[in-house]
Order: sequence, then structure tokens, then C-alpha cells
Amino acid sequence: MRRLLDILAPLLLVALLLAAWEGACRAFAVPTYFLPKPSEVWAALVDRWPVLLASAWETFLMAVSALAAASIVACALALQSALSRTFERAVRPLAVTLQVTPIVALAPLVTVWAGLDHARAAVVGLAAVVAFFPIFSGALTGLKAIDPDLERLFVLYGATPLQRLTKLSLPSATPFLLEGHKVGVGLAVVGAVVAEFVAGSGQTKGLAWRILEASNRLRIADMLAAVLVLGLLAVGLNALFAVLEKQALNRWRGRSR
Amino acid sequence: MTLASLTDVTVDYPRRGRALGPFSLSVEPGEIVALVGASGCGKSTALRLLAGLEQPTGGTLNRNLSRGETSLVFQAPTLMPWAAAWKNVALPLELAGRPAHEVRERALAALDRVGLSAAAEAKPAQLSGGMAMRVSLARALVTEPRLLLLDEPFAALDSITRRDLIEDVHRLWSQTRPAVVFVTHDVEEAVYLASRVVVMTLGPGRTAAEIAIEAPLPRPAAFRTTPAFREGVETVSAALATAMGREKGVG
Repeated sequence: MRRLLDILAPLLLVALLLAAWEGACRAFAVPTYFLPKPSEVWAALVDRWPVLLASAWETFLMAVSALAAASIVACALALQSALSRTFERAVRPLAVTLQVTPIVALAPLVTVWAGLDHARAAVVGLAAVVAFFPIFSGALTGLKAIDPDLERLFVLYGATPLQRLTKLSLPSATPFLLEGHKVGVGLAVVGAVVAEFVAGSGQTKGLAWRILEASNRLRIADMLAAVLVLGLLAVGLNALFAVLEKQALNRWRGRSR
Repeated sequence: MTLASLTDVTVDYPRRGRALGPFSLSVEPGEIVALVGASGCGKSTALRLLAGLEQPTGGTLNRNLSRGETSLVFQAPTLMPWAAAWKNVALPLELAGRPAHEVRERALAALDRVGLSAAAEAKPAQLSGGMAMRVSLARALVTEPRLLLLDEPFAALDSITRRDLIEDVHRLWSQTRPAVVFVTHDVEEAVYLASRVVVMTLGPGRTAAEIAIEAPLPRPAAFRTTPAFREGVETVSAALATAMGREKGVG
């Protein structure tokens, strides 16, 4: 009963808000080019479904490519940082600077460097920059959070550096790596959208481009439909990674009895 | 031949100052030595020296042991949470590059010796504190070490589990008779288990007294009710009180 209520409560709130929106639009005769009724957004969604789905796929691909790129670079740098304090000292300020610099400020630069013909590469690159930090930070924290007594055992039993890495460091860091990637994927979607807004020239046809396009034509219903799909995509990706993380963690530490 | 010896060793840490010494101790094959002293007297440091994990700042450390002949058990079970019990036990053999079938066989045999064959596939989070400690003991024994170092291995356990494990240590010791050095601040535990009790002063630890406990090893549980046991406990307690009182006066 309680569970049912937990599920129903947010749905009910959404339904109420939509009803109020629909009612207000009708009562005050709000023009469609300013704020369309939810029913009109729904119609736009149904009408433009194939286009939106294709764009969602494109955004998804760009976000996932960005995540993969960020993951490779972040893990490699974190690994090297865990091995050498000097390396960490050298890298960390740059990583932090990159993290706090608004991606919007970097976008025109990256667009120029990637070349106007490679808008896709620019978007993926920018999204990767955004997704980089939580993965790097998580991996580094994990690699440094090794039980010192376990490390002593590895020394005592004469482990090679490779054995230390594969049998101690990486498994120890797993929960932190998972957490970092979960945060990273959310940021990769945000990054892919923001980057496409700034760097997109219509060459990439992701959801941000659809929103821009609809905005230029003052088709607010189409815009809202695209925003809705984007929201669903982000929520879906987040949920997927949350499930993956939970499953992996359960395997990692064993289901507690 | 002496397995490992510390001769007038001192250990100084950059910021904390002297942690141990000057301290001397030699460990002969097959004997059980208890190091007793207050927290912070450098008992654990002495163990790490014997394990070859640290080098003394001064004095001489001598180890006549090759790789894999020393095992160490900590106060916490120190298991890898991601690995099943038998994989944890197998770690020293895996690191030594033994073939997979031998690794598994010997790990399972070691688990069996501590009475945990049924929990071979369980992850550490699924084990009770006592069981996890037994896995840790099995891991230490799987290499059949000549020197077994125990750093307050029972301190975190409840008294029943603790008593069980202490009896187990004797039983396991009698199978391969390694030299054992264990750190404790429980006088009764020290007297029951050890053939020799070394009482250390407050930090930086030096030897305050060395007391031989004559009864032959391994000892039955009933040893705890004998006059010899009680006499040992009194002697060690008195030595400990003197060691701590004297140092307090100085500090």
C-alpha cells in the first residue's frame, strides 16, 4: 500500500500540474506561440516522434562517446597520479581549472580547433571535458583509499607492481569508479546538449539542435516536446547507470544476508 | 638457528619522534612469544620490523627467512571485500605465482583447518567477525610459514569467540609448529598462549621483563585453572604494573 502510494504520488502531482497548465491556457486564452497547452505539446511529440527519436539517438551516442573518452583519459591520469605524488600535484590544478571553467566559454575555441566540418568531434570533446572530473576524482580517491594493512600484506608476499594494480588497486577502487561514472554520464548528457547549442551548426542533429531549430521558428510546442524527450533520455541513462552500479556493487561485495 | 632478531633497534618517525627502542628480541623456531605492553609502546612497530616491512632507524635487524615464510595477521581481518573467502585465503599463493589448481586446493584445505569449508564462497561482508578472523588466520597459515606474526588479532572480538580462537591458535600451531610472535594487552591471553612473555615499557618501548611460562605447548583449556597459570598471570601483571608505573613517573 505504502509502496503504491510512493509510486502514485509523483505521477499524481505531474497530472495535477498538467491539468492546471491546460486549464490556465484555456481560461486565459494564452497564445500557442507563447505557451502551448500540454495537449498541443503531446500532439507535437506524436507528430515529430521519428525525428525526435533519431535526434535522441544522436545525443545519446555523443554523450556515450564523450563518457568513454572521458573515462579512458580520466582513469589513465588517475592511475598515474596514484603512482606518483608529483604527477598528481602537477595534474590536479589543471583538472580543477578545467572543471570550473564554463564549458560555454571553451566551446567556440574547441569548435575552431576541431574545424567547422567536425562539429560532432567538437561536441563529443566538450562533453568529455565536462564528464572528466567526477571520473578522475572518483578513480583517484578509490585508488588512494586502499586499506594500508592490505598493502602491507601485498608487500609481505612480494607482489609485483602489476599484481598490485590488478589484484588490489583496481578492485579496491571499483565502487568509486562506478560512482564517478554514474555522475559522469549525467554530466556527459548535459555537456553534449550545451556543446551542441554552442558549437552545433546543424551538422549534428541532436536534441539541442531540434530545440534551437524549433526556437528559431517560434514553434514552442516542438521545443517543449524536444525538451521532454531530452529529460526522458537523461533520466533513463541515469537510471540505467544506477542499476548497473547497484548490480556491480552487489557482485563486488556479495549480497549481504 | 634464530629465525629473526632485533638487536638494540630503534625506530624514529619524522614527526612523531621515537616509536620503539632501544629494543632487543630474538625469535627461535617453534616458540611462541607474547609482546605485552600498553597502547602506543611500539609493539606493532616491532612486529613490522620482524616482518621485514620496516627498517630500523638504529640497531640491527636480522631475518633468516625467505619470501613467503613470514605471515602476518592484523587486529582487523583485513580481507579483500570483493573476493570470496577462499580467494582471500589463496592470495599469498596467487601472488607467489603457484598454479591455479594447487592454489585452490591449498586454500580450501586451509579454510578447512579453521573450520570454515562451508563458507568458502562467501564474501567477507557475509561473514561474522569471528569467521572473518578465521579466514584471516587461514590466509596466514596457507603458506605454512616459519614465522607467524599476530598483531592483537583477537582484540576486536567478543569474549566467547575470542576464547575459541585462542584455543584454535594452539591447535593450529601444533600442526606445523611455526614460531609465533603475538602482540596483546591481555595478560591472561599472553600467559595461556606463550612460552615466553616479553613485557614492554610505555612508548618508546623497551624490554621491561621477560617471563618464561614453563608448561609444555600446546596447552589444554584446563591450563587456565592451574596454579602455574595463575602464577604466570600474577608475575606478568606485576611486571606490567612496574613497567608502566616507572615510566609514568619519568614522563
